[in-house]
Amino acid sequence: MPLLAVEDLVKHFPLREGLLTHVLPGRRRVVRAVDGVSFTIEPGETLGLVGESGCGKTTTGRLVLRAIEPTRGRIVFDGEDITARPPGQLLPFRRKAQIVFQDPYTSLNPRMTIGRIVAEPIRVHRLATRRELPDRVRAMLDMVGLQPEHAGRYPHELSGGQRQRVGIARALAVGPRLIVGDEAVSALDVSVRAQILNLFVELRERLGLAYLFVSHDLGVIRFVSHRVAVMYLGTLVEVAPTAALFKQPLHPYTQALMAAIPTIGDGRTSIFDQPRLLEGELPSPIDLPRGCRFASRCPHRFARCDDAEPPLREAAPGHAVACHLYEGG
Amino acid sequence: MARPLDVEALPAQAPRATAATPGASTARRWWRRFARNRGAVFGLAVFLAIILMAVFAGLLAPYDPLIQGVGPANAAPTWTHWAGTDSFGRDMLSRIIYGARIALVVGLGAVLLAMVVGVALGLVAGYYGGWVDVVIMRVMDGLFAFPIIILAIAMMAVMGFGVKNVIIAVGVGFVAPFARVTRADVLAVKEEPYIEAARLAGVPGPAIIARHVLPNVLAPIIVQAALRVSGAIITESGLSFLGLGPPPPTPVWGSMIAEGRNFIVMAPHISTIPGIALMVTVVGLNLLGDGLRDALDPRLRR
Amino acid sequence: MDPVLEVRDLVVEFTTEDGPLRAVDGVSFSIGRGEIVGLVGESGAGKTLTSEALLGLIRCPPGRVSGEVRFRGRNLLALEEPALARIRGKEIAMIFQNPGASLNPVFRVGDQLVEAMALHLGDGRGALRRRAAEILTRVGIPSAATRARDYPHQFSGGMAQRVMIGMGVACAPGLLIADEPTTALDVTIQAQVLSLIRRLAREMGMAVLLVSHDLGIVSQMCHRVIVMYAGRIVEEAAIATVFRAPAHPYTRALIACLPGLDDGGRLGAIRGVMPGLKAVPRGCRFHPRCNLAEPRCAVEEPVLRPAGADQIAACHLVGTE
Repeated sequence: MPLLAVEDLVKHFPLREGLLTHVLPGRRRVVRAVDGVSFTIEPGETLGLVGESGCGKTTTGRLVLRAIEPTRGRIVFDGEDITARPPGQLLPFRRKAQIVFQDPYTSLNPRMTIGRIVAEPIRVHRLATRRELPDRVRAMLDMVGLQPEHAGRYPHELSGGQRQRVGIARALAVGPRLIVGDEAVSALDVSVRAQILNLFVELRERLGLAYLFVSHDLGVIRFVSHRVAVMYLGTLVEVAPTAALFKQPLHPYTQALMAAIPTIGDGRTSIFDQPRLLEGELPSPIDLPRGCRFASRCPHRFARCDDAEPPLREAAPGHAVACHLYEGG
Repeated sequence: MARPLDVEALPAQAPRATAATPGASTARRWWRRFARNRGAVFGLAVFLAIILMAVFAGLLAPYDPLIQGVGPANAAPTWTHWAGTDSFGRDMLSRIIYGARIALVVGLGAVLLAMVVGVALGLVAGYYGGWVDVVIMRVMDGLFAFPIIILAIAMMAVMGFGVKNVIIAVGVGFVAPFARVTRADVLAVKEEPYIEAARLAGVPGPAIIARHVLPNVLAPIIVQAALRVSGAIITESGLSFLGLGPPPPTPVWGSMIAEGRNFIVMAPHISTIPGIALMVTVVGLNLLGDGLRDALDPRLRR
Repeated sequence: MDPVLEVRDLVVEFTTEDGPLRAVDGVSFSIGRGEIVGLVGESGAGKTLTSEALLGLIRCPPGRVSGEVRFRGRNLLALEEPALARIRGKEIAMIFQNPGASLNPVFRVGDQLVEAMALHLGDGRGALRRRAAEILTRVGIPSAATRARDYPHQFSGGMAQRVMIGMGVACAPGLLIADEPTTALDVTIQAQVLSLIRRLAREMGMAVLLVSHDLGIVSQMCHRVIVMYAGRIVEEAAIATVFRAPAHPYTRALIACLPGLDDGGRLGAIRGVMPGLKAVPRGCRFHPRCNLAEPRCAVEEPVLRPAGADQIAACHLVGTE
């Protein structure tokens, strides 16, 4: 049984337009941030959720934790329908699923010591007595590679990488089974990023954690994920095991994304000299086109693409794509 | 994404000290910044002087401020009476010193009251938003619309005179600015990821407000408090001047100025000396408040 | 051929509460005509300050800039503000990370372009307006004439950056300084913008100084790379060489940190953190984090010396192989 199963998750943000829209009839305009997303995560698995800005990946991460309320859809965690629970009764769920934020500089309360920051979730969920607490905190700090003396320091005394470790310790303190990483390494310097990514992998192996790793960086996703889901304008366009996705990306958007990434080249040819780069801009998530959302920029677009939105369907074992090119027949 | 360089164009790699966090070196830095502002240091000196006068009035005052006839009436300053005497023959210097006590008690008391009530309202309005916010802030707007002195007069007319009532009247007048300043910062702090982290950890609302929001909005509140004390003292003096303060013969600078009105030509010192005391106090406290704000501000607006 | 830009012993110092601190400590390099040079380093290395110092954009005091910056033969650091202002925008252009912050929100984009050109070129308004539309087309903005009448907020991040590039190249500068021009943009948009810069550089024979923390971008964009660490240059080499055979341990470690698209297992990480200005180590600045450090490295600071055909590095271990 999957640890997390998300079914047709939808989040529309109402646009705050003028007074008249409240009074006059007709449909209110919404931003369709997440528009029907379904996926599963097995225990211990890492699903990388990748896409560019505005694709809805961050919102999806928040929805899964019910940090934002979904407009429609179901989230089933550990066999239980989380979406059905009233907001006041989410405390047990909060123990099982946690988050690590992007910005190490604002994700920690500047007026609390590291020890108190890590202790707080333990206290809220009553996972240790007052006497056991310091030891628990110490154990958490040790697990993320920090020293016991860090417990008495304040966030501003630590470096970005160390603060991010604190954020991870705080998430681990309650013993969750799933952690949502919201661009968890994007704000770190390259050398520190590598340290933290290594830590994520190590913790996963030690504790059997599942991750929903949200990132715009394909290289990071590649390193840390077992499976990858590519998002574009609120829907999933391709989902596949990491190796399969990178070896043979099927969706034209995935292909364009990979072609655009500057990896270390040979110094003779440049990807930036190639004419195959993606042209055009993202359409607005308010006035979406009727057919496939990617059609306006797709080099393989044909008639069908403007009429109907392609569903996410398996094109090869374990490899799903939402593209008319792969619709049989 | 690498972090962009910070405001002072110095690399942000080494962690930087922020304002109100403990640690010997940060406190020293703070003091250095503060001490560079000479006005602020003057203000601090004035504040300390007032406190000393208020606390040790008994030891410092040469005469009993209430006893009449310790010297000739309306006498100009001399060696025996450094600030002269008033029309009842009471020693002016002693009255000034004891007057500091009332000024301080009212100033600090009113501000403390305003702070406790105002900050609580601001926290609730800012954090919960919605109609709670609307209701509270509209009431604050109404309060703001009243000139404090009118409000104080109205309240005193209902409650009667006396130091306690003055404190309440003036305090109520200052609730609105505290509520506003607090709410503004709460709105900003509310959006920070560490608040969301606390929510997602299951920390209940009131605990979030107390542990996470309040400590991070304290700095501007303290500055407000420092700046408002002088306003409270002026308001209290104004009330006393109008006869609405603590009843005579209590030595209060405002009523002392009022008593000297009839003798402005022949014995100007009766009005002017308390006036000067008041002015120095207010200017000093304002400078102190400004200094505190400057020392704290660039660090807070991180 | 004479280099377009020649920097010698550039030092940028700041007076702080803790005394004078050197954020850029003796940097020297040159850029030739039509060459794209990458200035690479992590945050705090001093690369942005270096690029700002070239154009006199650092506030002095509290800063102090010394050394020599020769552009087409003239020392920019010796020039007064009016003369510098004539060079900025016309002969040397600069674009920044956030295009939104560089465009004035209350003026139309076309007008801003015209403004930028009017300062330096003598032509009449009509001619400049036509030229502005041409430039917008050249940088890939469709319906240029109409778009010129739009305001900055009507442009997406990628388009706004194109406008900035347009403003930069409008007067055909000899050097374009691009400071993290695509860090705030999505990958696909980034590719468009960078390929535009490359094309313009080629077409106009323009030299480019590309400041970036992203080694991948630099490897695809530049002819030569300069690696900075804690205010100094630690390596400089031609692009093919530096990625095939990096000489300095920091460069090597940095490359190993990147999760490439063909990777697995652990990422090479560098322990520790770049030292802040106040805590610069004695000897080689990198030695506390270096796996190959020898006793000598803690005492003596290495100088830049040849490590290969067109490669120099500041490391005691270089040249001993």
